Amino acid sequence: MIRSLFAVRHRELPEPVEPGTTLASAEALHIKLGARHVLRGVDIEARAGEVVALVGPNGAGKSTLLAALATDLTPDAGTVRICGRDAGAWSAGELALRRAVLPQAAALSFPFLVEEVVRMGRAPWNGTALADNDDEVIAAAMRATEVTEFAGRPFSALSGGERARVALARVLAQQAPLLLLDEPTAALDLRHQELVLRVCRERAAAGDAVVVVLHDLGLAAAYADRVAVLHDGTIAAEGAPAEVFDGALLSRVYRQPVEVLPHPRTGTLLVFPERG
Amino acid sequence: MTATATPATDSAPVRQDAKSPASKGSKGRRSVPYLLTVGMLAGLVLVCLVSAGIGAYKIPLGDVIGSAQHRIGLGGAALDRVGESVLWNVRFPRIVLALIVGASLGCAGALMQGVFGNPLAEPAVIGISSGAAVGGVASITFGLSFFGNWTLPVCAFVGGLITVFLVYAMSRSGGRTEVITLILTGVAVTAFGGALIGLFIFFADNAEVTQITFWQLGSLAQATWPKVLAVLPWALVGLAIAPFYSRKLDLLSLGERPARHLGVDVERMRVVLMFVTALLTAAAVAVSGIIGFVGLVVPHLLRMLAGPGHRFLVPGSALGGALVLAGADLTARTVAAPAELPLGVLTALIGSPFFFWLLRRTRRKQGGWA
Repeated sequence: MIRSLFAVRHRELPEPVEPGTTLASAEALHIKLGARHVLRGVDIEARAGEVVALVGPNGAGKSTLLAALATDLTPDAGTVRICGRDAGAWSAGELALRRAVLPQAAALSFPFLVEEVVRMGRAPWNGTALADNDDEVIAAAMRATEVTEFAGRPFSALSGGERARVALARVLAQQAPLLLLDEPTAALDLRHQELVLRVCRERAAAGDAVVVVLHDLGLAAAYADRVAVLHDGTIAAEGAPAEVFDGALLSRVYRQPVEVLPHPRTGTLLVFPERG
Repeated sequence: MTATATPATDSAPVRQDAKSPASKGSKGRRSVPYLLTVGMLAGLVLVCLVSAGIGAYKIPLGDVIGSAQHRIGLGGAALDRVGESVLWNVRFPRIVLALIVGASLGCAGALMQGVFGNPLAEPAVIGISSGAAVGGVASITFGLSFFGNWTLPVCAFVGGLITVFLVYAMSRSGGRTEVITLILTGVAVTAFGGALIGLFIFFADNAEVTQITFWQLGSLAQATWPKVLAVLPWALVGLAIAPFYSRKLDLLSLGERPARHLGVDVERMRVVLMFVTALLTAAAVAVSGIIGFVGLVVPHLLRMLAGPGHRFLVPGSALGGALVLAGADLTARTVAAPAELPLGVLTALIGSPFFFWLLRRTRRKQGGWA
């Protein structure tokens, strides 16, 4: 009990890393939830300085893979490594300094104010030298997600999309070099979908590794450095959007005829379901 | 700590030059805890002094203070023999006991609500007090005395501990506790506890039955210094550990996984806090039987006034609980003087309507239970 009270003092702070360093990796990852084999041998890497998008149909295992990288789930086989060390070798406090996770749904049991919620993201730094920057980091995170104007409102009084942005602000405030975002755009309007993906790009440019689960393939094509298409618990294809987004492959994976064409002006790939 | 050991300082959101947003909205809320703390402390001192003076044998306020000064060697003067005895052997142990029980119940309520992420959790509502009472009654019925004066608190603690984990295991699913499951589990556990107590009473002889009945009604009338000493260590240990978990309880309100992502060892914290709650509940139940609703009402009122942050809520609820119980005990022994209302009856009379209101409010917010 005494040890748990004072454990905070002995955390190993993360070292700055070169762009391209692998911050998270899964090898031959198998995960069973109940009787179902949700992941069946997945290999993936997230490197500093790039945005990786996980796409695929419902139930393909995207969120499970993200949860495994977040060390929420213990692999039934295979390994998950975070910042070069086996996931189990880190303490909860050390992991919190290295990876931040945006859950699919943002819940809150008590009516904390928005600013207090974002401030919770700073908790891992409590007791370190960086805790002095808390106010600036929080302000910047709230500006980046455009929630500054809600700062003094209770979280429970916000709409779904506003809550999602506050949750993202909290994750940004955590300043972890590895960001794992589970459908950050699901509840957002057009403007804020773009905003969130731009924030992802900025974080990658600043040297972080970003792994993001997306349903909008157009967004994935426009913003991701690499895309992994999950299908039935395996990775059906992985690479730059231009290599991976192929009409035939997506049609097979989604069981829905899909067209892929370049944007007439920018050349970015556009993905459409074939209609009539 | 050197600058090289700090990553991500220059990542995007930080680089934009930043001024503290520290919104105006939250500023008013920040000064409230201080005001509340000062107010509650003042109220506590007042209630204690009044409580020490009022009773069948009246002692003027000045004499109470004088006698206290005399005892701690700061001048003042001792009272006559009767007055001194009433004050120091009857009134003060009773007041101290009320403070211990109140602080324990208030703090335990705040912790339970935080751990369950649910404002309706409270030791009495979810059956922990009942479990502790089973332990206590068992120790009386079987005439246990293996720990001397501490036997009853020990048995109450074991009973409370078993119940905490039972309720917890039965009412959680997917990291959250639904109100309906929690209340129903409490009903079931309380019913089972009632049956066990009934069984013990059936086996007890007449003297023991009288003892059990008095104890169960929830009263501080039999307060003595040895009784105070029997529960003080338990309450102190619980109250000392609880504040260390305030910040983590804040994070837990995000949910179990997000709390873990922010570096909280959720499993360990939960076990420790269950332990602390059982300690506090046992301390309260051991001296005064089941006194309900203090742990429900106090944290809830404080949360409405000062916001849900546990750094104030946990110690604040202990303070508020002490104030409420000292006040309630004063009322219980003066309102129908020379007779004395059972304390548990009084708190339930005031607390139950509040519980109703809280239930309805929660229901409105969630749009039904189903």
